[in-house]
Amino acid sequence: MARIVAGVGCSHVPAIGVAMDTHKTHEPYWAPVFRGFEFSRHWMRENRPDVVFLVYNDHCTAFSAEMIPTFALGCAAEFQPADEGWGPRPVPVVKGHQKLASHIAQSVILDEFDLTIMNRMEVDHGLTVPLSVMFGEVDEWPCAVIPLCVNVVQYPAPTGNRCYNLGKAVRRAIESYDDDLKVMVFGTGGMSHQLQHERAGLINPEFDKRFLDLLTEDPVAGSRITHLEYLREAGSEGIEMVMWHVMRGALNEHVREVHRHYHVPASNTAVGHIILENA
Amino acid sequence: MTKPKDYDDIPGTFVFDADRSREGYHLNMFCISLRLQVNRDAFRADPGTYLDRYPMNADQREAVLKREWNRLIELGGNIYYTSKLAAFDGITFQDLAAVMTHMDRDSYRAMMLAGGRPIEGNRYKSEWETK
Repeated sequence: MARIVAGVGCSHVPAIGVAMDTHKTHEPYWAPVFRGFEFSRHWMRENRPDVVFLVYNDHCTAFSAEMIPTFALGCAAEFQPADEGWGPRPVPVVKGHQKLASHIAQSVILDEFDLTIMNRMEVDHGLTVPLSVMFGEVDEWPCAVIPLCVNVVQYPAPTGNRCYNLGKAVRRAIESYDDDLKVMVFGTGGMSHQLQHERAGLINPEFDKRFLDLLTEDPVAGSRITHLEYLREAGSEGIEMVMWHVMRGALNEHVREVHRHYHVPASNTAVGHIILENA
Repeated sequence: MTKPKDYDDIPGTFVFDADRSREGYHLNMFCISLRLQVNRDAFRADPGTYLDRYPMNADQREAVLKREWNRLIELGGNIYYTSKLAAFDGITFQDLAAVMTHMDRDSYRAMMLAGGRPIEGNRYKSEWETK
């Protein structure tokens, strides 16, 4: 039987990917960001998963304004890193796990979560930056990846509660898969940040810390944070944090927080990272 | 009548909802087209003719040509789209944020290094009226 062993929360700031791709990670600006992932890379090597179920959002790359699915599950054999306007990131092609992905699609749709199924999809920094920070610079990604792309660009994103419950459905799907696979779930995006108009640059560390505390200790309360609170307190782009609730919903009620990292700034954004093991 | 939106009292913030998405559709589709080199070349060679492909309104077209970044947002543009136009001009995300907040590049960068724009005084439009 497949089983979920841990969840990872992680920002996916594009500038972090650029810093890695241009070898600037040791510069004073970036060094504190990457120091917080040293433990994580070691931990990933020790706990290597067979599959990562990676919840992220597309930034108008695979989807433009023409088509905006709320939840889109990547069921393809592989996913090419996209050209976002300055050439594709020099990272390996992302290999999917088609059998498990189609099993998850079938299971969660019958569980009343109406996913869009993607048999072809390019992936942008939202997906590749978390892989890069967790695995480092590699010739190929050490595991299969099943992308779940969530709309957080056009309001409203799915609610925290919906995401949390989808996480539970994903868990039921994974645990009903026959093969013995070790699965991790990544929730990505955030933390507080606003990229637009006159309030750009907003950072709210108190909100972010409370969010991380609730994620570990009281995920149901965390999943009830309203959209209005994200928009006002964490910035218009901070609403990405709803995606972390999918990850949390897929874990046990009680988890062990084995690592946390928080740093301001990376470009316009607060960087947050957490590792939760199923207790 | 539809109810007022609960997020409209957040200062300096234009939530990209279904109404703005509808208003900004052609503007945003123009911006995202610049993701591809062939389109960047065509826009660079002849901006007016290239913009004719996208039936945006006159205000949006003017805001594109004048690079009025905040007005683009006010007219239905979304930052993930308008940032592609900025990238076309060689402007990074962080420098675009500096422009939108009427700061020079170094001051904005220094603000971010010092912890970013604080939430205190930046939650409600009423807090900005006395500024």
